[in-house]
Amino acid sequence: MALAESLSGGGARSTLLRAGLARRAEAVVIPLLALLAGLAVFGLFLLTQGKSPVDFFALVWKGAYGSAFSWQNTLSRAAPLLLSALCVALPARLGLVVIGGEGAIVLGGVAAGALAGPLAGAPAIVGLPLLAAAAMVVGGVWIGASGALRHLRGVNETIASLLLSYIAIALMNQLVEGPLRDPASLNKPSTAPLADQLRVGNMPGMDVHWGLAFGIAACVLSWVLIERTTWGFAARIAGGNLRAAEVQGLPVGRLIVGFTALGGAFAGLAGFFEVTAIHGSANASLAAGYGYTGILIAFLARQNTLAIIPVAILLAGFDASSGLVQRRMQLPDATVQVLQGLVFMAILMSETLYGRLRLFAAGKGA
Amino acid sequence: MTTGDIGLWGVPIAVIGGAIRVSTPILFVSLGETLTERSGRINLGLEGTLVIGAMTGYATAVLTGSAWAGVLVAALAGAVFGLVHGLVCSLPKVNDIAIGIAMMLLGTGLAFYFGKPFIQPVAPNLPAIPLGWWSDLPQVQAALNVNVLFLIGLALAFAMHWMLRATRPGLIVRVVGDSSDAARAMGLKPAQIRTIATAIGGAFAGVGGAYLSLYYPGSWNEAISSGQGLMAVALVIFARWNPIACIWAALLFGGAGALGPALQSVGVTQGYYLFYAAPYVLTLGVLIATSSPSRAMAGAPGELSITK
Repeated sequence: MALAESLSGGGARSTLLRAGLARRAEAVVIPLLALLAGLAVFGLFLLTQGKSPVDFFALVWKGAYGSAFSWQNTLSRAAPLLLSALCVALPARLGLVVIGGEGAIVLGGVAAGALAGPLAGAPAIVGLPLLAAAAMVVGGVWIGASGALRHLRGVNETIASLLLSYIAIALMNQLVEGPLRDPASLNKPSTAPLADQLRVGNMPGMDVHWGLAFGIAACVLSWVLIERTTWGFAARIAGGNLRAAEVQGLPVGRLIVGFTALGGAFAGLAGFFEVTAIHGSANASLAAGYGYTGILIAFLARQNTLAIIPVAILLAGFDASSGLVQRRMQLPDATVQVLQGLVFMAILMSETLYGRLRLFAAGKGA
Repeated sequence: MTTGDIGLWGVPIAVIGGAIRVSTPILFVSLGETLTERSGRINLGLEGTLVIGAMTGYATAVLTGSAWAGVLVAALAGAVFGLVHGLVCSLPKVNDIAIGIAMMLLGTGLAFYFGKPFIQPVAPNLPAIPLGWWSDLPQVQAALNVNVLFLIGLALAFAMHWMLRATRPGLIVRVVGDSSDAARAMGLKPAQIRTIATAIGGAFAGVGGAYLSLYYPGSWNEAISSGQGLMAVALVIFARWNPIACIWAALLFGGAGALGPALQSVGVTQGYYLFYAAPYVLTLGVLIATSSPSRAMAGAPGELSITK
């Protein structure tokens, strides 16, 4: 029917075009509205607490984007968020909800920290790629296991990945306080400090480490993979209905394991950058919650890997400014979590609006 | 063998006592989730509800001086969270698993936000019944010091089992859970019934949280729950949506959780964190063993998105 209309003349074609545009506009406007609605509800929450929402958002702006220093802080935090959001967005293409990215970050970081000891004498050009590869393999195996369990045993991947992430944190604690512990780390058990040449430095001209560039590159590459390759095409088909895809003869198992493992590898890479660029050794600071914020980012970006880039920078800003906001307004540190929860709820509730707003329905043509 | 020196026998006794102590919140959450899932909806957010229950229960107990008032308020707070989850999931096209994750984040966030002033004050604890009076061994007495809420949980499990099997509300919940179409044909409103079931399930999880902060471990802090709520949700699958089976599942997991501290008490400190991970490993193992890639699971409600 639509095809016949488009062939019949210019008027019908422009209707189709408008319908396509309306869909794109919908995909941008609805998440933005949801974000604003979530922020508005949070503003009301602050009012009930006797705090000024205007002050709050002004301080967030100042702490996140107000100066070169705050921009650098924000962008440094964006690096792990970009990568951990991919750990959610890639499996989501297949209709899977993976929420255990935190575990892959932690174990990726531990792998990098552990391997850094034997590689202490290696030059950076050899050592760093090996550390990154180790982190990515460990992260990939960890999240890929959730995918494999889903495919082979029908285990729910949401619960499995979160359980694996608790197990990962316990493993890290065991390793860092036991066999991998540097005896010199007294108050905070850590692996031995990395050799100087194995520390990842800052990008030229700014005080932001290379993780940001790799994170953005990973988002762009993921977009190419999904939108421009046969694997991505197969994944998009399978994401509609895994069982139907299996009947069609698509390699559903390989797709599931491949996409979950790739997502996990990116989260592992985030752990690598946290250890080599920020902490200088692997310790409990790896479990900083980036994996959980990544879930929110992926959903806010509606699982679009390019949209992850601006959304991650936005949420990294909230993160970066939280210290300043807490001090100035005497708010508990959980305030950011409340804000994130409200925005998350708003974005999920907005799913119900698609195809139902009159503004966009006009484009569909009667 | 003298009284008080029972060597390695202390381990199984401590594990049994620990199983009863640790299992109570898991039992409450899994009972609540059983009711919710039998109505055809999944609530992954019970982890957040558990933490909210722990915070509101503790805060109320501090302010009123009554632990039972804390339990009541925790149940109410849990019901409110369940109600929100239920209402939001009633909107078309909204994913109940994703909403659960968001509620987990929001619940823990709100609990930490409002709970900050209550970390220091001490609340009255829930009473325990000394069922170990017949023994001279202090270890046995300690192990059988059973909290009233555990016994209430047992009673509720049997009551829910009977309710689902033999009563009209139970039938309604089961029909709605198995087929929305059949329920509509009977003149029932599936969304409404699921929302009510989710709210009651939330109240159960709230009580489980109050147990955490008011009895064991018996204090309020931001590390009060580390996934017990989520494990309980996974356990419901293991228990095949059967309230009686939830008791055994909860005890099994309570035992796994008690293993680390029990071994530590007799001087085994090696691998403390690995024992700490035992309940998660066990949950995952149980999920792997009881799931199936091909056939629908026996006893699974037909409308449940997690098994589809």
